[in-house]
Amino acid sequence: MGAQLRVYRRRIRSVQATKKITKAMELIASSRIIKAQGRLNASMPYLTQLLDAISAAASHATDVSKHPLTSAAHSQVRAAVLVVTADRGLAGAYSSNAIKEAEGLTRTLNDKGLEVVPYVVGRKGVGFYKFRGRAMGGEYIGFSDQPTYDDARRIGADLLQRFLEPTESGGVDEIHVVYTQFKNMAQQESRVRRILPLEVVDEVVDTSNEDTTPFPLYEFEPGPEAVLDALLPRYVDHAVYNALLMSAASEHAARRRAMKSATDNAEELIRTLTRQANQARQAEITQEISEIVGGADALSSA
Amino acid sequence: MAELTVAVVSAERAIWEGPAKSVVAKTPEGEIGILPGHEPVLALLVEAPLKIESPDGTKTLVAVHGGFFSVDSNRVNVIAEAAEMAADIDVERAKAALDRATKAGAEDAAEAGAAKRAETRLNVAMGPNR
Repeated sequence: MGAQLRVYRRRIRSVQATKKITKAMELIASSRIIKAQGRLNASMPYLTQLLDAISAAASHATDVSKHPLTSAAHSQVRAAVLVVTADRGLAGAYSSNAIKEAEGLTRTLNDKGLEVVPYVVGRKGVGFYKFRGRAMGGEYIGFSDQPTYDDARRIGADLLQRFLEPTESGGVDEIHVVYTQFKNMAQQESRVRRILPLEVVDEVVDTSNEDTTPFPLYEFEPGPEAVLDALLPRYVDHAVYNALLMSAASEHAARRRAMKSATDNAEELIRTLTRQANQARQAEITQEISEIVGGADALSSA
Repeated sequence: MAELTVAVVSAERAIWEGPAKSVVAKTPEGEIGILPGHEPVLALLVEAPLKIESPDGTKTLVAVHGGFFSVDSNRVNVIAEAAEMAADIDVERAKAALDRATKAGAEDAAEAGAAKRAETRLNVAMGPNR
């Protein structure tokens, strides 16, 4: 076998092996999208109930807008940005899109005169900030593809603590989340959402509106204010959880798409290489024939 | 007789749903029993087993870790941050966690919380007749 042919065959084998891997990753990502979507849907009843309860409590509590979690600080000095990225690569532009969005937000906030403290989920994002030597308020790695509520609660607790700290001692006045919204299998979009100060209460507190169904006359235990105090932080946790779940689903979708195109490219490459290998083989045979014919010719004419 | 419709959901998923004769939950103010026809209540929950008695008299225990519940027109929604049915609890692990937490001492707030959680789990896993 000629050297050229051998090289072609070796490359075909190597590309075939790569194709098998990318194909497997594609299939794994597809099955995980469904699971991630399932988790997202499973977390929805909690959110609905929580929102109802917050609305009910808010409509009874005295002046919700004065609650520390809903009122904007007088001085706007610092803002925290939670960026959700992936732990692993091979997901196309997923992480870099989220980071790009976060950078855009950071610029906007800087223009408004706010100092930005990044909180980063996922190794890719942490790597980005570390490489540039930028300080992070917090880094969370190891769960970006399958976030649990405990992870979200940990992040939520950190953010809340930072928010409730007075601005003078390093607390933040606003908290934004940059996550990737899962629209459908083919479309994911980086989004920014402000989670603190809370806006949710403003829209639901108006119970005088006759179109809305009135809340049952709940008796609150221990009291409407205490209930609200306990529920608002839960809402923040859930907002973080929701962002993590959405991003996880998007991560899998991005990875599936990236792996699908890698598999397609490998197939294309194998096709071209096979053609070239065939050509090399044919050339080799032609050469051998002409050598034999040439040899026989030389013998008979001698 | 009217029945209660009970739904227990945690932040991650729906845990349990079904009819019930009574529900007993623990709030910061003390235990509260809900029977059909109870007035609307929205109360916080503390770390404790939630007792649900179904119409045929069987009792179900759910370990709830924080959250709240609401009662309105015979519908009870229990919204827990985390909740586990007896079948989902690893007794050995809960025991180990309880040992570890009690040894670490009660002065540490985090350890005390862990001990309470483990105790709740054990209470639920051992069943209502203990």
